[in-house]
Amino acid sequence: MNLQTVLDLPDCMVLTGGNSQREISKVFCCDLLSIAMSKAPADGVWVTVMGNRNTLAVASLTDIACIILAEGAVLDENTLAQAEKEEIAVLSTELPIFDIALKVYEAGKP
Amino acid sequence: MDEQLTFTYSVPGDDFTRAGEASSEIKNRLKMLGVDSQAIRKTAIAMYEGEINMVIHANGGTIAVTISDKEISMILTDKGPGIADIDKAMQEGYSTAPEEVRSLGFGAGMGLPNMKKYSDKFHIESKVGAGTTVAMKVYL
Repeated sequence: MNLQTVLDLPDCMVLTGGNSQREISKVFCCDLLSIAMSKAPADGVWVTVMGNRNTLAVASLTDIACIILAEGAVLDENTLAQAEKEEIAVLSTELPIFDIALKVYEAGKP
Repeated sequence: MDEQLTFTYSVPGDDFTRAGEASSEIKNRLKMLGVDSQAIRKTAIAMYEGEINMVIHANGGTIAVTISDKEISMILTDKGPGIADIDKAMQEGYSTAPEEVRSLGFGAGMGLPNMKKYSDKFHIESKVGAGTTVAMKVYL
């Protein structure tokens, strides 16, 4: 599955698009940034409710391809501008973490 | 890479939003130098945790990174309060981080354990009232 499939999910609003052709490795859910730091998979889609500047820093350092902010979480404009620069996609959804992660997982099934 | 490259960073003490800038810059440099991606990830994680620790606990500090063809060496120095019980601080889940830091998603007691886990060589020295120095190496 490439990132475009995730960008096309109906329940998400795309805040930054990233590199739509990037191949996705897996979907990962975690709100504790210290754990995400050590466990987030490179090229993964990371679902979290934690919307702050450090979310992007962790995503960037772990080579996450896409952040999905669940439960209506948001990132401020400066952080989004930085995400744009680093080609990390940021999506926002009102859905709970599990629900949106499941949708990503199912979208990626062969 | 015959020569050694050294970069020094000053980590601001009170600005959580800027934590990670130094690690991010080192990560980009290592990428440009064509360093193995696993080694880059290990370095970035270990260094970022160190940066976060300096912001949370020590009112900032300095990081010196030296890159050679054999290893990436990081020395993190702060003049913070020091660590009274290093063995305890090295345990996963043990944390003295304040509540506002936890609400940002940190303070889970994973900082030092992650730094040890992701570096190939880890050494910590601390003196209460004087500060803490962490030396880490990632072999290439």
